[in-house]
Amino acid sequence: MTPTTFGWLTIAFPLGGTLIIALGYRVLPGRSAGWIGTGAIFLAFLAALGALISLQGHTPAHRQLASSLWSYASTVGIDARMSILVDPLSVFMILVVSGVSTLIHLYSISYMDADRGFARYFSYLNFFVFSMLLLVLAGNFFLLIVGWAFVGAASYLLISFWYRRTTATRAGIKAFVINVVGDVGLVLGTYFIFKHTGTLDFLKAFHATTAGAFGAGSDNGDLVAGCVLLLVGAFAKSAQIPLHTWLPDAMEGPTPVSALIHAATMVTAGVYLIARMHPLFERAPAAQDVGAIIGATTLLVAGTIALAQTDIKRVIAYSTMSQIGYMIMGVSVGAYAAGLFHLMTHAFFKALLFMGAGSIIGAMGGEQSLQKMGGFRKALPFTYGCFLIGGLALSGIPPFSGFFSKDEILLVTGERGGWHWALYVIGYIGALLTAIYTFRMIFRAFHGEPVAEARELEAGHLHHAEVPRNPATGEQEDTDVGFPGPSHVIAERAIPMRVAMGLLALGSIGAGLVQIPKVDFVIDDFLKPSFADSSQYATHTRSGLLVAGLVIGTVVGLAGIAIAYRVWVMQPGTAAAARARLRPLYELFVNKWYFDELIGLLILRPAAAAGRFAAGTFERVVVDDTLIGGTTGLVRAGSAAVRAAQSGFVRYYAALLVLGVTGVGFYFLLQS
Amino acid sequence: MSIAWYLAISAIVFTLGAIGVISRRNPLVVLLCLELMLNGANLALIAFSRMWGNGDGQILALVVMTVAACEVCIGLGMIVAIYRRHLPIDVDELRELQG
Amino acid sequence: MTQFLFFLAGIGTIAGAVGVVVLRDPFYSVLALVGHLVSLAVLFLLLRAEFVAAVQVVVYAGAVMVLYVFVVAYVGAGSETLGERMRGTGAVGSGLRLGAAILGGALLLELLIALLGTGLQAIDGKGAGYSPGPQAFGTPAYIGKLLLTRFLLAFETASFLLLIAAVGAVVLARRRGGLGEEDEQAALTPLDLLRPRETGTMAEGVGIVRRS
Repeated sequence: MTPTTFGWLTIAFPLGGTLIIALGYRVLPGRSAGWIGTGAIFLAFLAALGALISLQGHTPAHRQLASSLWSYASTVGIDARMSILVDPLSVFMILVVSGVSTLIHLYSISYMDADRGFARYFSYLNFFVFSMLLLVLAGNFFLLIVGWAFVGAASYLLISFWYRRTTATRAGIKAFVINVVGDVGLVLGTYFIFKHTGTLDFLKAFHATTAGAFGAGSDNGDLVAGCVLLLVGAFAKSAQIPLHTWLPDAMEGPTPVSALIHAATMVTAGVYLIARMHPLFERAPAAQDVGAIIGATTLLVAGTIALAQTDIKRVIAYSTMSQIGYMIMGVSVGAYAAGLFHLMTHAFFKALLFMGAGSIIGAMGGEQSLQKMGGFRKALPFTYGCFLIGGLALSGIPPFSGFFSKDEILLVTGERGGWHWALYVIGYIGALLTAIYTFRMIFRAFHGEPVAEARELEAGHLHHAEVPRNPATGEQEDTDVGFPGPSHVIAERAIPMRVAMGLLALGSIGAGLVQIPKVDFVIDDFLKPSFADSSQYATHTRSGLLVAGLVIGTVVGLAGIAIAYRVWVMQPGTAAAARARLRPLYELFVNKWYFDELIGLLILRPAAAAGRFAAGTFERVVVDDTLIGGTTGLVRAGSAAVRAAQSGFVRYYAALLVLGVTGVGFYFLLQS
Repeated sequence: MSIAWYLAISAIVFTLGAIGVISRRNPLVVLLCLELMLNGANLALIAFSRMWGNGDGQILALVVMTVAACEVCIGLGMIVAIYRRHLPIDVDELRELQG
Repeated sequence: MTQFLFFLAGIGTIAGAVGVVVLRDPFYSVLALVGHLVSLAVLFLLLRAEFVAAVQVVVYAGAVMVLYVFVVAYVGAGSETLGERMRGTGAVGSGLRLGAAILGGALLLELLIALLGTGLQAIDGKGAGYSPGPQAFGTPAYIGKLLLTRFLLAFETASFLLLIAAVGAVVLARRRGGLGEEDEQAALTPLDLLRPRETGTMAEGVGIVRRS
């Protein structure tokens, strides 16, 4: 079978899974909806493998294959076809997406077991995977935008999955609205590109660009505008500043959802977009600089915020934001292979961390605050081990995978020279912060005196809260549909969870082996055909900087772990003392650099005021009273005037008759 | 006497009938004044018939008389019915069609 | 001779007309109209319309006016004083008093100007020539011939109209549902008279307003 057939199959399986579960959930027995969903994604993964194998059967020059099912609309020069593009970049992405998704589906079967919305969950999750695969496999801007929007919708559905929780629904709306802002940017960017290249198809547009559709030089105004607008879309989807405020709130969704959407896949769509559009970006260096700067800023700011957060899921969320900043920075400076490699490794260890977080939250009976956790080392050994592996990978300690991918990005950044050295330094500061907050989280949750729930678990009994509560606000809930189920699960007691976490742990450890510098270049070579027309896809590196980078990376990571150990394990009072001394800085970090308040002030309050004005004043006074009231009032007055003529007096009518006759006679008299 | 005299009388009678229709309040008298107007028209018709020397005007006058008889019939029937219902016999009071 | 008769009949006509309009008592108005009709018949005779004159006296003055007399007798003469009559109800009545006079005057003026001021020569003449005989102008035979040949349709329609009028009058003026019933009835409006017995407004149909 051809690669493109495999491509269509990859999209078809999750779609089929969604429909089967959504339409047949009443007749599906027991928990089979979960297995059907997982099976569908697993089949998609197999199809992706098939696409990989068959693609490698082609010569490197012919590895960009497009296939079109039918033409949706072909008019006024717009050719909107249902076409996918199967090339190394998209195959790489679908492998990562479907692989990690399969493991997360497996994990969810245990995690969501007691939830009454079980079937709905898997239907949504399959729909999400379908949308993500569609986005990645899209062969033209049309399907890209469709996939982009679907992914946003799926994210909304899954964030507000526990829909009776007000915090969850509000978070879902926030995510969706910010995503829509990104969608607008994406569509407008597409317009600019379409304006010059005259086509929506990727390959045709890229060929046209290389042939000079935007002029011979670089930084054509329209091209820069288009690329910046595409970046707006990328930033909204990948939670970069200033469109990042939705990601921490998105932790209201179930933990597997956070793992899948907000760590491994959806937030990486922005990175994929920039990598895919590299012919355009390379001719608009201004846009590339914007991307690099925003990526660097985000990784720093998110790192500082993560230091001060107390909710374990939010720490991991800000960590995601920070790592995606790395990826965005990477693909904006031309380190496409490095950025995508980091995407893959990050998917592994971040999903692993989220899964571990789900396990420890289960042990706490739904409580998510780090301040209430402690000493789970003995009670949750498997979870602790996974957290350690994920944490070490995240901090960039060799030989874990994170080390190789992160350092390669920074290497290429440093090689660009000029002002990119600032980004290089910021990157390593961010690495230090990453190590600190990651191990802060691990030490606080697993080291120290065991809390009551941990001791309960060591005795063999899983803690249950008597009254289910919202972990963020503490308000009381129940366990019916729309809220989490009555029972919680931990990894030590659920085989599917352990299988999924184990496989991801192996990936976190071993994935780095495919791209050890100077030793093997599997990713580089694999992705090369996609970037054949790139002038920045360099595979050679300067040895000096390479070695220096590796050493600095290791040192920074270990230093971070050491600092965290000292502050949170050896001398537990240090954190409180530091907080007291650096009070303003702490306030800034804990309040997330006041972005939410800023957006509220600049956008939400004027909008609400405008709405109030429109509804209260304009609607009431202008429309109701003046326009409608005035019109009806006029009609009423007119008809009242006319009604006066209908007096009912017969004599009056007779008089009018005679008057009429007289008038007519008068007229005829004048005539003659 | 020339025909013009007859026509003048016809005009006077017609006008008197019109004034009566407008100013009288008793419906019976209103109907009577209506009869006056019809008779004025009849006189004009007969006069013109004499002028032209053919009988068309006289036939028309006969038909007008027939119609007048029918109309009186119905009108008086209505007045009787109104009287039977104890309503005031006054066109100004019978104002159901107002508004 | 004809002139003398003409003026006599003319004065009678106009006097009768004035009497109808001015007299208070409706009975007197009816009598004035009878006088007017007879004078008019004389005028018709002067115009050589023998048959029409006879019909005028027999039918109009003899049947229609007798009907009027019966009705006036039944209804009773609701006489109105002159002041009351002219006052009318509210602004409408008082306005109409003046308006009627003005309108009437205007109408008369117009008609007279039309008649006398336009210079129609034919009206100044005495009319077409006249030759007596069995079917001469104005005789019953003459009218009858016209009715049954040229004006057949008008003839038949007129008779049909008479039939309808007779039926209508009977329907309008009949008693509803037995004797003595009308005394208990509340004041109904004339519109009720035109309604068949079992119908009513929608409100009456659903029982909101009781029809007595």
